[in-house]
Amino acid sequence: MSKERKIIPIGPYHPLQEEPEFFRLIVEGEKVIDVDIEIGYNHRGIEKLSETKHWDQVTFLVERICGICSTSHPLAYVLAVEDLLGIKPPPRASFIRMIIAELERIHSHLLWLGLAGHFIGYNTVWMWAWKAREPVLDLFELITGNRNHYAMMKIGGVRRDIKEEDYSVIKKTIKELYPQLDLFKKAVRDDPVIHKRTKGVGVLTKQEAISYGVAGPTARASGLKIDVRRDEPYCLYEEIDWQVITTEKGDVYDKILVRVLEMYESCRIIEQCVDRLKPGPIEVEVREIPPGEGIGRAEAPRGEVFHYIRSDGTNQPVRHKVRAPSYMNVASNKFAVKGYSISDAAITLAAVDPCYCCTERAVAYNKNREKIFTGQDLIKLSQEKTKKLEAELK
Amino acid sequence: MGLKEKILTKSLWVFHISAGSCNNCDIEILDLLTPRYDVERFGIQLIGSIRHADVLLITGAMNKKSLKRLKKLYTQAPKPCFVVAVGSCTCSQQMFKPSYSMQAPLDEIIPVDLYIPGCPPKPEAIISGIVKLIKKVNR
Amino acid sequence: MIKEEVKKKLEGKIKEWFEKNPRRIYITIDKKDLKEVAKILHKDLGMRLSTVTGIDNEKNFELIYHFGKDQTGELFNLRVFIEDKANPEIDSLVSLFNSTEWIEREIKEMLGVNFKGHPDLRHLLLDKDWPEEEYPLRKDYPLKKGYPQDE
Repeated sequence: MSKERKIIPIGPYHPLQEEPEFFRLIVEGEKVIDVDIEIGYNHRGIEKLSETKHWDQVTFLVERICGICSTSHPLAYVLAVEDLLGIKPPPRASFIRMIIAELERIHSHLLWLGLAGHFIGYNTVWMWAWKAREPVLDLFELITGNRNHYAMMKIGGVRRDIKEEDYSVIKKTIKELYPQLDLFKKAVRDDPVIHKRTKGVGVLTKQEAISYGVAGPTARASGLKIDVRRDEPYCLYEEIDWQVITTEKGDVYDKILVRVLEMYESCRIIEQCVDRLKPGPIEVEVREIPPGEGIGRAEAPRGEVFHYIRSDGTNQPVRHKVRAPSYMNVASNKFAVKGYSISDAAITLAAVDPCYCCTERAVAYNKNREKIFTGQDLIKLSQEKTKKLEAELK
Repeated sequence: MGLKEKILTKSLWVFHISAGSCNNCDIEILDLLTPRYDVERFGIQLIGSIRHADVLLITGAMNKKSLKRLKKLYTQAPKPCFVVAVGSCTCSQQMFKPSYSMQAPLDEIIPVDLYIPGCPPKPEAIISGIVKLIKKVNR
Repeated sequence: MIKEEVKKKLEGKIKEWFEKNPRRIYITIDKKDLKEVAKILHKDLGMRLSTVTGIDNEKNFELIYHFGKDQTGELFNLRVFIEDKANPEIDSLVSLFNSTEWIEREIKEMLGVNFKGHPDLRHLLLDKDWPEEEYPLRKDYPLKKGYPQDE
């Protein structure tokens, strides 16, 4: 193949990618030399909008930053306001917050696992993972009344209580989830094709991970042991027995493994939280927000969500800064795809579990005319590579 | 409705565009394809190229940047095609309307055939909406 | 203790030290010391830059660099004021952290603060056609131009 440099546009409207984003891959032959990432197709100006809403309304606004992390953002926001006020919610509220946050982590990781399966041409994984995700969404509907956008967080506590008769339903659902997770763990650990496609691909070294400031599973797969739940325990994570999962290599395989193993931890956290739910108040009353500033951090499925708020004593924030984990993680793709084959690009770009809605908050030529490759070809390439490997291994 | 539209309803090929959404409607659309709802059994299929699309499922509050792309995409779609606005944001921009990043609601830019409100609409609601569309065309 | 260490290493550069609670420390420093202080916090004390918040205070600009010490959970917030409103400028930290590349691009387009030494200050989130000299997060910018504001 000639060594001519070519540009492959991916996106903004890429088949089966849920969100618009635009990567320009600069390639020589089949090797990716550089990548330029263009975002902003989801930018809604939430930081500015937030300055015109009053404190309670902002909770609902930040919930709509992202549909997958729709508990993490409100949680970080209420933690920021509580940091400003210097109050702590009652224990029951904290446990309910944790149950919702961990359920969200499970549903988000399953969602990503399915999409990752699709990207490497294993549509079966996609279907199975999303099938396993449905009971979790049913649970959300039972507890909160909605499949997504739960509206559970409130300054000083939670908006809705969990009924006592629902405890057993939660436990039953989690118990039924374990065999499903075992299935995925086995698939990831034992399947030679998955190993070939993901091991040693899209490596993000520890050094670069620090420099890009990545967070969440992306950082933990590169051997950085960071997790806000452990570093700065919000809610009552310090009272629960759980572990931070880390791996060393930072390739796509490790990123998959970290997420799969994290789901087990989430299940364990939920079970312990349900056991420790004691009758009691679910909120403390908050009347006024005094002037000051506060910072709230929460561990979203993708990493650290960061909210900074400043009040001048009125009923609206003066400044509300939101930093989503994907903001850091997506930028690290610039390093991770370089030097690998284009057929690996799709899975590498997807491996950080990018969430552009979060990134742009507030976050292509379409089927380009120069006829080089289209986004669709890219997935096809990736899927063909899997098929080839499969045939070789037989 | 003409003959062309009626033929379309036999097996709808759907192209999905997210234009400044929060992701939720998009996930519920993908959810339709997975085992619990499985719309493929009705011949409804999500496709990767707009040039094959019979239906455009549009989500999101239409920000300025994605609006440009959307106009371009709409001209590339073969006509006749149906435009479906999924989610409250797409129908009326909701709480994002006063933001500097927004320009105009979807139906001021391209003609919309069906509105499915909800934040996000449940998969059942999306299926029911599509069925209503098909019934309307076949009448 | 990390706090004593920070105090010792930054001696002479701290203009104000404010501890809101044990995990939230706000340090005001001078604009010209920023790069050096950031280097000390990151390289010597192993802190991670979470993000940078830019605020328009009407009379000046304020940038807050949030540094997290992950092992113990403290958050050190470096506060820098930029008094020159007509021509705001500050040193870029791109040479220290790759992550600031996007953060600084965003602050530039949202607040109009110029970063000296940043390689590429294109728009990140806003459209290419967005008018120059219009910065949506400044307080004098309306929520939406031409849109009736309800009071």
